[in-house]
Amino acid sequence: MTVLTSLAKALAAYSMTPQQLTVYRHLHISSKPIVIVPLTLAGETNAPLAAMVGPDRARPTLIVTRQPRDRAERIEFAGRLASELLFPIETAAQQTQATGAGPNARVRVVDAPQLWVPNPAGIEFVRTLGRMTRLRFIEGPWAVPKKVRDLGIWLTWFAEQAEFADTGALIAATQAIAAVWATGQSDLEDGNLAAQMAWLAPPEGMDVAAAVSRAENPQLCPPAGPSTDPTFDRLFLEPALRDLATARTPAAHNAVHRRLTAMVEEQMRPTWELVWTAIDLLRDVPEAPRVPKRWEQQRDRFTSFHRYVADGGRPQAKRDSAGRSAHRLAELEQRMAAFEAQRAYDDPLVIADHRLTGEAFAGHVVDVDAARRVPGLRRNVLRPMVTVATGDQIHLDVGQHMYDPARNGQQAVIESVIETEDGWRIELELQNQMGSGLTAKPGSVPALGEDVTYTSVTETFVRRRPWPTRDETPWTHGGPPPDSTPVVEDAAEDWS
Amino acid sequence: MSVVDERLNALRGAAPRKPHNARTLAALAANPGCRRRTLLDAAGIDKGQIAEGLGVRISIGQMSSIAIARGKGFEAKVKADGCAELLRLLREHIGLPVPEVHYHDLNPADADDRITSRLRRSQRALQASAESNEPTGTLFDHPILQLTVNGVQVRIEPDLIAFKLGNQFFIVEIKSFAILDGTADSGKVAAAAQQSAVYVLAMREMLQTAGLDPAMVSDQVVLVCPKDFSNHPVAELLDVRKQLATLKRQLDRMESVESLLRLLPPDLSFDPRLDAAGRPTRDPQELAAAIFQVTARYSPECLGACELGGVCRAEVSGMVPVLGRVVREDLGGIDSIKEAVELATGLREPDAGQQQAADLLRRAYGMREAALGAVR
Repeated sequence: MTVLTSLAKALAAYSMTPQQLTVYRHLHISSKPIVIVPLTLAGETNAPLAAMVGPDRARPTLIVTRQPRDRAERIEFAGRLASELLFPIETAAQQTQATGAGPNARVRVVDAPQLWVPNPAGIEFVRTLGRMTRLRFIEGPWAVPKKVRDLGIWLTWFAEQAEFADTGALIAATQAIAAVWATGQSDLEDGNLAAQMAWLAPPEGMDVAAAVSRAENPQLCPPAGPSTDPTFDRLFLEPALRDLATARTPAAHNAVHRRLTAMVEEQMRPTWELVWTAIDLLRDVPEAPRVPKRWEQQRDRFTSFHRYVADGGRPQAKRDSAGRSAHRLAELEQRMAAFEAQRAYDDPLVIADHRLTGEAFAGHVVDVDAARRVPGLRRNVLRPMVTVATGDQIHLDVGQHMYDPARNGQQAVIESVIETEDGWRIELELQNQMGSGLTAKPGSVPALGEDVTYTSVTETFVRRRPWPTRDETPWTHGGPPPDSTPVVEDAAEDWS
Repeated sequence: MSVVDERLNALRGAAPRKPHNARTLAALAANPGCRRRTLLDAAGIDKGQIAEGLGVRISIGQMSSIAIARGKGFEAKVKADGCAELLRLLREHIGLPVPEVHYHDLNPADADDRITSRLRRSQRALQASAESNEPTGTLFDHPILQLTVNGVQVRIEPDLIAFKLGNQFFIVEIKSFAILDGTADSGKVAAAAQQSAVYVLAMREMLQTAGLDPAMVSDQVVLVCPKDFSNHPVAELLDVRKQLATLKRQLDRMESVESLLRLLPPDLSFDPRLDAAGRPTRDPQELAAAIFQVTARYSPECLGACELGGVCRAEVSGMVPVLGRVVREDLGGIDSIKEAVELATGLREPDAGQQQAADLLRRAYGMREAALGAVR
């Protein structure tokens, strides 16, 4: 968190209205998001109890286990969830387009699925359910339906994607909201979707303070799951489960199950509505310019993983090999750095954060030598000099590389930094993106008096040496890893 | 009875005593600067009742009855047949060379078994075992321990097993969260380590008082949890050295209850005056006035760790701490949210200690307005 965020929180608390943290939304919002609101049985590891799921706010699919303590019923639950999720995944995968015209053009899906859960614990539910189901066998004595295993493979993929800073595959509503708005409460309280949404969309005719205090009462606003409210467990769920276990006839069982269905629906419905309201609110925030490009990359990832699964790819191993871990870590870091830079380039409030910490400055051009040339290796090269006056506090040194977000990250080198009465004068030598001639392309050099911003944050990715192949895994990383072959123990794994 | 004990009993009044447990001690150690919690806990006051008396009840650590039932079932499974399953885990998972063991049951003999006699029994058994050189292991089920907190002896009744092998004691904690593919929820593991550290420290204190070597109690704790998605137990060693060091430092830093009492009027009482049904009847304003005589140190984390969290949050409403620790650090030297906003917008001149924070806020506010203004 930064001073700007802290200030926004203070402003929100003072005015009792949420405050924008970014000017733009840096997250792609699908035209057809799929929402999952899961509930689990307390005290067990991811024992699914119920889920509300689907792409249609008005008509959610309600899945309630017929007996949450029974293994076969849990597999059945996974199967029903698979029917809901695998269909949109397949539909999306069938509609593709070429990435370009040339011979190197690949195929990319027109749109990729986007899953929403209420909170980070919902992402954890997706991950654990994926782990629970992907290693099962689809033939032999412990066989489960293929769709259950496929669901496991896909849920694992979505949960892995959610670890990336720039993800658009699986989103926790509380985090997506917190990325755009500050409320006048702490992050801890913002973790409760109902309390967070009380700031952004209080119920009709209710002020924020009243809405927040209502949201903190689990009897009025059930928790967003997957854990249920202990009071609900004691008063309603436990008796229903007891009745379910003792029901002698199918008719009696059905009657209890109808009661159970009604009560869990009542627990999930408010959260379901809140997630959709959150999506609507976010959709109204203008999208940042670099979002479509990132979503294109996400569609590429979906396309290639779908091909992997369609070609009979193996389920992900329980643990990553050393090589895959190193690969993933590098990708996490690289995508986070790129995302941070892209947000800064797109959003004046994000770049303001960097200005406050001295990693960027904004000012106006007080002197330009657009035609300046310096001797190069073989001939003179164009190196315009721009002098900027700024009132920002800077922590920058001569020789440091800076980038101009307004000119697609044009690179400049600091030639001198001089303190003046009201700030700093910084001389910058422009390095690139001015065309190949000896005079600069129009607009590629800032004009006298122009307002400019420079930052040391760069979006350009430094290409590293290529990764060794699997067979070339060095001894430092344990040598080539053994193949992860599916084992019967995993297929037969207890789920009690 | 000492003067301090008398004063503490007077503070509690007629309400029943609520003893410390490892969870409350760990929570206290997490916020050692909170005088309110220190004093109320030392006096054995039920903070939940106080909160209810003030009309700001929040549920803390309330566990689902379904989860409790499953946890008990799991614990019973591990302890069944004189801890046969536990022994197998100690041998196979931890690799301890346990030949055979005695099982020493320190559970209450009956409903009248007083905690003081159980404490004495536990101390005798553990000390005798510490002095002997028997090669066989011994399991002590449910011993009572005590620890000095704020200069007051606090009894704790941990739900645990102490295991002695050779000249080493191990604390065994049975928890019901799962270890999935060798890893577990880091928050839950951290909480378990915190609690175990309390037990290790209490056992060490007991041995030291008896003139024995406190280092006999291992700083490696045995954690028993369900494996993956099943109900089968798995055991792992947990290193609690770091938690021990933190706990010790914080217990040392805590003000003594005696010095806290000296600051308060002698007739002060926090008794919520419960009726026959256990409902508080004391006038909320009067109770609040009494409670607010002792200062609290609120942070949002209190909401998950202290029954008075809601009370203290309401008390500091409009102040910077309600926004969280990071904001409090960012706005160093500024107490109220209104003040922070006025400093940022230039409506107020900063005090001597606020110049730096105020400058930063002014600049941040200017940038914020410019950025939002450009798109409005």
